[in-house]
Amino acid sequence: MSQLLTWTALLPGAILLSSLVPGALIFLLKEESHLLRGVLNMAGAIIKLVLVVVLIWGVFLGGVFETRITIAPGLDLVLHADALSVLFVTLSTVLWLVTTIYAIGYLEHSPNRSRFFGFFSLCVSATVGIALAGNLLTFVIFYEILTLATYPLVAHRGTPDATRGAKIYLAYTMAGGVALLIGAVWLRSLTGPVDFVEGGVLATMPEALHPQLIAIFLFLLVGLGVKAALFPLHGWLPQSMVAPAPVSSLLHAVAVVKAGAFGIVRVVYDVYGVEFASQLGLLTILGVMASITIVYGSIMALSQDGLKKRLAYSTVSQVSYIALGASILGPIATIGGVVHLVHQGIMKITLFFCAGNYAETLGVHKVSEMDGVGRRMPWTTLAFTVGALGMIGIPPIAGFVSKWYLGLGAAEAGEHWVLLILAASTLLNAGYFLPILYKAWFREPPKSWPQEHVFDSRFETMGALLWPPLITAALCLIAGLLAAAPFSPLEWATLIARREYAP
Amino acid sequence: MTTDSLILPIALPLLGALLTTALPRIAPLLGVIAATLTALSGLWLTGQVWGGDALNIVLGGWGLPLGIGVAADGLSASLLAMSSLVGLGISVYAVGYFAGSDRGLHFWPLWLLLWTALNGVFLAADLFNLYVMLELLGLSAAALGALTGSREAVAANLRYLLVGLLGSMSYLLGVALIYTAYGTLDISLLSERIEPSALAATSVVLMTAGLALKAALFPLHFWLPPAHANAPAPVSAALSALVVKAAFYLILRLWTDLFANITTTGAAFILGALGAGAILWGSWRALRAERLKLLAAYSTVAQIGYLFLFFPLLQAMPPGPARDDLFAACVLMAVTHGFAKAGFFLAAGLVQKNAGHDRIDELGGAAQSMPATTFSIALAGSALIGLPPSGSFIAKWVMMRGAFETGQWWWLIVIVTGTLLAAAYIFRVLSRAFGQEPTPRCFVTDARAEIPALLLALSSVALLGLAAGPIWSLLGFEGVQT
Repeated sequence: MSQLLTWTALLPGAILLSSLVPGALIFLLKEESHLLRGVLNMAGAIIKLVLVVVLIWGVFLGGVFETRITIAPGLDLVLHADALSVLFVTLSTVLWLVTTIYAIGYLEHSPNRSRFFGFFSLCVSATVGIALAGNLLTFVIFYEILTLATYPLVAHRGTPDATRGAKIYLAYTMAGGVALLIGAVWLRSLTGPVDFVEGGVLATMPEALHPQLIAIFLFLLVGLGVKAALFPLHGWLPQSMVAPAPVSSLLHAVAVVKAGAFGIVRVVYDVYGVEFASQLGLLTILGVMASITIVYGSIMALSQDGLKKRLAYSTVSQVSYIALGASILGPIATIGGVVHLVHQGIMKITLFFCAGNYAETLGVHKVSEMDGVGRRMPWTTLAFTVGALGMIGIPPIAGFVSKWYLGLGAAEAGEHWVLLILAASTLLNAGYFLPILYKAWFREPPKSWPQEHVFDSRFETMGALLWPPLITAALCLIAGLLAAAPFSPLEWATLIARREYAP
Repeated sequence: MTTDSLILPIALPLLGALLTTALPRIAPLLGVIAATLTALSGLWLTGQVWGGDALNIVLGGWGLPLGIGVAADGLSASLLAMSSLVGLGISVYAVGYFAGSDRGLHFWPLWLLLWTALNGVFLAADLFNLYVMLELLGLSAAALGALTGSREAVAANLRYLLVGLLGSMSYLLGVALIYTAYGTLDISLLSERIEPSALAATSVVLMTAGLALKAALFPLHFWLPPAHANAPAPVSAALSALVVKAAFYLILRLWTDLFANITTTGAAFILGALGAGAILWGSWRALRAERLKLLAAYSTVAQIGYLFLFFPLLQAMPPGPARDDLFAACVLMAVTHGFAKAGFFLAAGLVQKNAGHDRIDELGGAAQSMPATTFSIALAGSALIGLPPSGSFIAKWVMMRGAFETGQWWWLIVIVTGTLLAAAYIFRVLSRAFGQEPTPRCFVTDARAEIPALLLALSSVALLGLAAGPIWSLLGFEGVQT
């Protein structure tokens, strides 16, 4: 490494290590060192947040942040921060901090916490690695590490159900990983190392290679589609709902599902280039897959009684908005898709936190048991309401902004059928969320809850469980209300779109 | 200086073997000292090869055609470095493993003798010395394998011994043919003189077949699983990680060096096809195996298969950076497997000791009570699957690229199927570690035994997966390709 080791070359690596090192140390801790484990967890999360703030500022000013390690000649591990990666890094860093607080509260008195938090930190490190990956090799490496790090979290409870869910998760993601690997190696053999460059790198390839490029895209799409839960590759997601609530939140809002969606955005914009992808007809394939998934997920969600399962199918549907945004040629749709990466994250994590609170405090796991929970747990239910209304797309919550830009982008690109999909999805979203809200607020509570825990707290539940959903619900509102403020997700997505479509 | 560094990796373990035989009372102490010195000498030699060019000397005062030649280049140095580190890990582990048992008395002399032979194979520069070292390797390996004295172990290792002898005979026949035709056994002299002929082809076939038998290449692998699965854990590790590599090393050396002019695409394809068979069959049997060590042994059969997939790719690739990458990846694969499989077997031995058996379906409690050991199995396992970051991921990446670039896409199907099968059999073991048994108190329970396994497994993942560059430099490839 002959390059000068300045702070700009170290920062992406440091951001990765800020969760990796605490994670490795946590494995070594004795089970009963609660305090030390908590300190390590929180210190890592806060240091990462500080580093990310520095990174945001630097990237906004147009600085180049790149950590490059040569594994072997021609095989470089590159961590590179551009506008898109900063968006995802920020999302995962903020939500990791919140989820860590939540998880510490949620897992109090449960076994195997050192193992849990070790893999939890590893999982976030892998996500940050995916976000910062500067070339396809690095992306594949972290994508696979994410699979490995998440498996123990899904299997954590050790029940036969958990083992089964983890097995199904592994079968899907391993097969997807292999498809991604084939696509990545194939592309590498045609072009040399594939660096992610804003605007894409393949547009200049000779015409004779176009059929191969289409085949490669399909391999990559299958590999990424598994994690992004694109229909029909989504089967693992509802099964892995057996995991503890903080894990579900992380899987759905930040790590696994988002890694897939983020990968699709990367491949479309920074490998193929959106115009070139459109020219090859790839965007149509992606758009159709995303649309089918959006409608299918919503329909499936309607009939689920398990609260977490309903949320899981809702995730299947909502994450495909990101892919849908990427499949429409035009900067406004791009903004809609990219900003939904963040908006879906904060809304879905709120909903999962709340579902976890109902389960932990009252033993309520099913929608049919939710009568009157709003009276027993008003704050939790308030947060849930914000998340749910946001998912439907009610202004001024974040979800509205995404849908607005997606619809506007589709109209601008002349793809009017997308509006129909959006409308259908909104109706269906309302169809499976509004009954929950109605039950929670307006029905009489039952005489006794399925399994009530009384916490030693002046709130309706343990403080560590209550604050995280309130914070993320507030973020949903802020992201929607102050969408036009500088450094809001929307403004940042606009910056990304501007750079992607720059001539 | 050069003389010393070339001789020491062979002389030191031999001396150690003699001393541990003479002074059995302090054998473990002497053994560890000898192992440490051997490992240091091996690394020193590797360092010298890294710094300068290939080294070679002739012993006994005779000129080249007659004397005993010893040489080291990048290929031998890479494997020597692997055998040094893995051997050291196995030695440290063995002290704890054999503590308080009589078997340790026989272990140390045999193990050090095996190490002598192994380093001898890596460093010998002529075909006859190679034969001697191979024979010594086979004998000491079979004796070590039968160390438990159980009926299965003795039967399996008697078979191993006979198979080894058959392999050596076949190899020796090939060597004899070469000698009658060309009048020398020195590899570098021969590679200049040899040219395509029926005789040369016959000797290639004989030598390769004999070595393939020793390397357990499918379908000649039948002897390996029982022999490796029934040996004590440190011995299994040495057999699976190191001994089969010696035979593979020789095939690679002969094909890319000595017989480079006379190998053909068809012949390389046959080796590749056998490798493919090994991957599929070995992985399948590993998936069906009921015992952890048998699983690991079948996994070795499969991993050897990957190494042979490189032959058709190397044959088809024109000389240049792309071929250098492939060659380095092949070495990387062999080295990674050495570390990973040694770590896996050592950890499996601990699980077996703790649980009293190694039936996979009943291992839950034992696996969960030993986090560090389970972690070693997980790390080694991900290197066996070829997941990133591990040396075998990098090797597979380059191998798949080679398959695309030479248009031999059918190997991809084999690689992918093998990877998925490997994931299935590794996670079959790992899923046992997530039961509802009580939480273990801390990460490491028995440091002396757990740390070597963990370090070996960790090297296969973090060291070789993130910093594989030294293998390229050691082989003298500058890697101009970008």
